[in-house]
Amino acid sequence: MFEQIAFYFFSVLTIGLFLVAVFSKNVLYAMTSLASGMVVIAGFFFLVGADFLGVVQLIVYVGAVMALYAFGMMFFNVTKNLKEKTTSTGWVLIVGVTAALLMTLMFLGAINPDAIYASLPMSDKMTNPEAVGMALFTKYLVPFEVAAVMLLIAMIGGIVLAGKKMDTSLTDIKDEVLQLKDEE
Amino acid sequence: MIGLNHYLILSGILFAIGLIGVLRRRNLLMLFFSTEIMLNAANVAFAAISSFYHDLTGQMFAFFIVAIAASEVAIGLGLLILVYKKENTLDLDDLASMKG
Repeated sequence: MFEQIAFYFFSVLTIGLFLVAVFSKNVLYAMTSLASGMVVIAGFFFLVGADFLGVVQLIVYVGAVMALYAFGMMFFNVTKNLKEKTTSTGWVLIVGVTAALLMTLMFLGAINPDAIYASLPMSDKMTNPEAVGMALFTKYLVPFEVAAVMLLIAMIGGIVLAGKKMDTSLTDIKDEVLQLKDEE
Repeated sequence: MIGLNHYLILSGILFAIGLIGVLRRRNLLMLFFSTEIMLNAANVAFAAISSFYHDLTGQMFAFFIVAIAASEVAIGLGLLILVYKKENTLDLDDLASMKG
């Protein structure tokens, strides 16, 4: 009973928040509703017993990724509403939903649900974080290390890209001066 | 009782919302938001399948998706800041410089 109430409550909340995130004219509203949607998604993870994943979702998505967006937003002018020439919503709705349905059908046809077996079965002896740790540092050790290197590269890349010419604000410089700088 | 299908349908709806966002919006930042929504929809499906088949693999996959999303945001925002400094806009229609 509790599970059902929680599931439907979270579903309505996420769908609503993500709809606001997608259709909002204001970037700040979109970012805020996206962040709250991520929090509710963590609720789903707790609901299906993936405790560690839920905590990671809260720390990485709500903490790091949204903070990064918030920092990035300081570079953009977000106080005014977006004026964009939007494609007709009905057309996009049809294309989006059919594409998602087609993907589902494709995998539905390819996968036989009875033939799936657990390659990393969960045991009742271990709690979820313990089991995740065991799996991560034995079977998934190499992908784990590769992901660590990837994050390091992403960090360096982010610093190099965003930190370029940080000492001068390019938006305040006149165009002629900027062209001279480029020719140098 | 909430079954696997409930979670998969929810994940499909969330993915469709993200896809609609990618197709409809013209602002680069909004495209990034929509991508995050799609990644999250996949994560929900992975976690649900992992729990209903008593298999940890789905959760491990979701962890790596989170790692990839984090690095994507780091690089992507760096590129967005460069684009904004250069063109002073994030609108895809204004950024289109190729005729064709």
